Amino acid sequence: MNEPFLQVRDLKVHFPVRTGGLFVGQYTPLKAVDGVSFDLNPGETLGVVGESGCGKSTLGRAVLQLIGATDGVVSWLGTDLTSLNKKELIAARENLQIVFQDPLASLDPRMTAGDIIAEPLRNYRPTLTKAGRRKMVEDMMERVGLLPRMINRYPHEFSGGQCQRIGIARAMILRPKLVICDEPVSALDVSIQAQVVNLLMDLQRDFGLALLFISHDLAIVRHISHRVLVLYLGKVMELADKAALYATPRHPYTQALLSAVPIPDPTKERNKDRILLTGDLPSPINPPSGCVFRTRCPRATSVCAETVPELESAGEGQEVACHHWQD
Amino acid sequence: MTSVLEIDKLTVSFSTPDGAVEAVTDVSLSVEAGECLGLVGESGSGKSQTFMAAMGLLADNATANGHIRLDSMDLLSASEKKLNTVRGERIAMIFQDPMTSLTPHMKIGRQLAEVLIEHQGVDKETGRRRSREMLDRVHIPEAERRLDMYPHELSGGLRQRVMIAMALMCEPEVIIADEPTTALDVTVQAQILDLLTEVKDDLGAAIVLITHDLGVVAGLADRVAVMYAGRIVEQGTVADIFAAPTHPYTQGLLACTPRLDVETEALVTIAGQPPNLQNLPSGCSFHPRCPHVFDRCKAERPSLENLSNGQAKACFRAAQEAAE
Amino acid sequence: MSDAPIRDSRPGANLSVPNAAALDKAADVEGRSLWQDAFRRLQANRAAMISAIVLIVMAFVCFVGPVLVPWSYEEIDWDILEATPPNFDTGHYLGTDSLGRDLLARILQGGQVSFLVGILATSVALVIGVTVGATAGFMGGRVDQVLMRFVDVMYAVPLMFFIIILMVVFGRNFYLMFLAIGFVEWLTMSRIVRGQTLTLKNKEFIEAARASGGSTASIIARHIIPNVLGVVIVYVTLTIPQVILLESFLSFLGLGVQPPMTSWGALIAEGAQEMEITPRTLILPAVCLSTTLFCFNFLGDGLRDALDPKDR
Repeated sequence: MNEPFLQVRDLKVHFPVRTGGLFVGQYTPLKAVDGVSFDLNPGETLGVVGESGCGKSTLGRAVLQLIGATDGVVSWLGTDLTSLNKKELIAARENLQIVFQDPLASLDPRMTAGDIIAEPLRNYRPTLTKAGRRKMVEDMMERVGLLPRMINRYPHEFSGGQCQRIGIARAMILRPKLVICDEPVSALDVSIQAQVVNLLMDLQRDFGLALLFISHDLAIVRHISHRVLVLYLGKVMELADKAALYATPRHPYTQALLSAVPIPDPTKERNKDRILLTGDLPSPINPPSGCVFRTRCPRATSVCAETVPELESAGEGQEVACHHWQD
Repeated sequence: MTSVLEIDKLTVSFSTPDGAVEAVTDVSLSVEAGECLGLVGESGSGKSQTFMAAMGLLADNATANGHIRLDSMDLLSASEKKLNTVRGERIAMIFQDPMTSLTPHMKIGRQLAEVLIEHQGVDKETGRRRSREMLDRVHIPEAERRLDMYPHELSGGLRQRVMIAMALMCEPEVIIADEPTTALDVTVQAQILDLLTEVKDDLGAAIVLITHDLGVVAGLADRVAVMYAGRIVEQGTVADIFAAPTHPYTQGLLACTPRLDVETEALVTIAGQPPNLQNLPSGCSFHPRCPHVFDRCKAERPSLENLSNGQAKACFRAAQEAAE
Repeated sequence: MSDAPIRDSRPGANLSVPNAAALDKAADVEGRSLWQDAFRRLQANRAAMISAIVLIVMAFVCFVGPVLVPWSYEEIDWDILEATPPNFDTGHYLGTDSLGRDLLARILQGGQVSFLVGILATSVALVIGVTVGATAGFMGGRVDQVLMRFVDVMYAVPLMFFIIILMVVFGRNFYLMFLAIGFVEWLTMSRIVRGQTLTLKNKEFIEAARASGGSTASIIARHIIPNVLGVVIVYVTLTIPQVILLESFLSFLGLGVQPPMTSWGALIAEGAQEMEITPRTLILPAVCLSTTLFCFNFLGDGLRDALDPKDR
């Protein structure tokens, strides 16, 4: 295996939330991401799963430094992105791109598809001629399955799936090394989701890029990822190779998540054992002490309230943060 | 077989600045007491509009033709006043987003009681008591305290439970659930699906489950109807549809859904884009995306035909293959 | 029609947005931008189109007409020296005012002033308002706080009073009036632009632009301003009539333009004094003023519907 080219160590993103105070505000940190560490290798896909509010989108943005990190290290090819100034950061972003969830909202409604896809080129390849730029845009459109003659159309004239292809073309045009996909298919129809997932996998194979694939859909993550990171309230619950995670989930939360996903097969769906979690996600402003999952965990004991479980190895390529994973 | 709600040749069209758009075309469906009908389709397939028409909740620029019968009463031609006595009392609806379908400035208890006061003329005290009972029934913890809370103070899952409680208040004959779990997280979705199964089992009401998620349908529905571009393309029991889908669209939909229970090599896709309702393809609307397309599909529109096992589909493929 | 399942349940919502009518038509390669879409919708709005035409014609007549009228606005017809009814022999097509000046020439000249005030004062408001609003909105934090508190303070000052004091201190100067009115009108503009910028700033496409390596300046120029423009245009068309009305009011009070120059407001003030004897001198300028205001408002409404079809 190559030297890891993205290393995230103990990354924390806290947002101050005003919780009181009449004139001088009292602020409590909302720990959106709280001590997340992982490595990513070239050509690898790391799936990040979790429910809404678990901090998975914040994590993706913090890796790109679109949101500043409160603490921790995001090391990209040996350089800590959190220590860079604005100019250096813009330069570093040439290799780091992002695909957003809402295909229409992530495209400027007043620009043509061609202008949108060309924007990174205008920023990073200012010497390129207009014709050269157009050629690259047309090639990229073709590559992502858009007709190049649609180059002068506007986002509202495309369907959601096509808009997402434009978003992907924009992210890929500089041939970046790492692309963060923030729920890239969750706003799309089922029949279009598969097209976009296949496209991303093709591009990854052809360009050898690494993907950080953020999603709440465990089935799609299973399909696209090599390794999977399970987040809950900003903390890593489990980090494992895909095969291990889906075959032998160790963390009670992972187990519950997996059992909750409906399977499109009436016999299986009606006869499977569901681990039903009680209650809802606790407020991230006031997370439970100890293990953040303990309030909904079927295996919680007194030790869970007292000590925060550390990630420990639970077999080949599998790490889990739970006091009771062996029970 | 006694169908509670029967939709007969329903067509819904919207007048837009760019011309008329037909969102639902010639749809016939029926739901029986105690059964759950799953209505599957992608956005723009007309699945929601079909039952919006039944509730009389279509947008102002819409016109609906055909018949929607609840027992002997035609809901489409009924007056607004008459509809009001039916809505909530005999047909209830559960919406996708409970935050926008609950009134934000009214306490939960009052919103629930209002349904009873409106339809059954009970006094406030009875309304409150029965509201609390209903919250207990949908397993909302600390029901008494929740009655005095506002919708925004509850989590998404609890709000959806309140919506379900509200729909159940008058013990309706038909419950229409429009994407009831789409806005929820998986673990919460599992809770709500369990609740819906429970409701279905002990209430005996007909449930219409409108969704794009095949997994949800597999767990809850007895019969399934698949819609594409405003028409029903296939209909049958849940076992038949999932085990032996006959329409290429249903087949494609099942094949392209990534599954948790089986490892897939490459996802099968349905080629092309969803159709534009303003400019539908000729013949069978699905033909530009269909892997089995032949000339007849481009010229002629297949009608929904019953198969021997009670399944129905709108496709020429079998007939064509038999002819060859 | 949207692909997002989340939006699916809004009745008819996903059907009313005009979509790619024929994406697959080979000939139809040029896209239609939102501007072109808006213009098409505006053209379909008969009231707005008629208003626009009426405004253009009126402005044209006001600025070109005086060349063709035999009398100038300040010339006194010494043969008459009193208000007379229309008389084609003397060339007073709409008659004269109480001093024997040609009424038509004066109405045209008044129109020039009103249109000029409308456009120039609104431009002043536009420049200040957009700059302050966009800066406050995009920079946020302390800059936003300071600028917006300043706007709050300005709102609290009785502005009519402020203008009157300016006029008294610096004398009645034609250009000072433009500036003064512009200074009054920029406040609301800045708030509107700030609000728009704030919502835009959180849109994903701005984030996407940042991820694509855009600097702050290029993001404002390429993404923020073109997207704020629609709202600004609407507000400008609705500000022009306000400004014209404000000028007329000042002129009516005698604080506006200096005689013998005139404006519609000043003409109305003069006419009001003689409305029992010669109602013509009141009614004609009043009709011109109301028509103009009416047309601007109709055009503004039409533009709003055209540029923002969802918020109707």
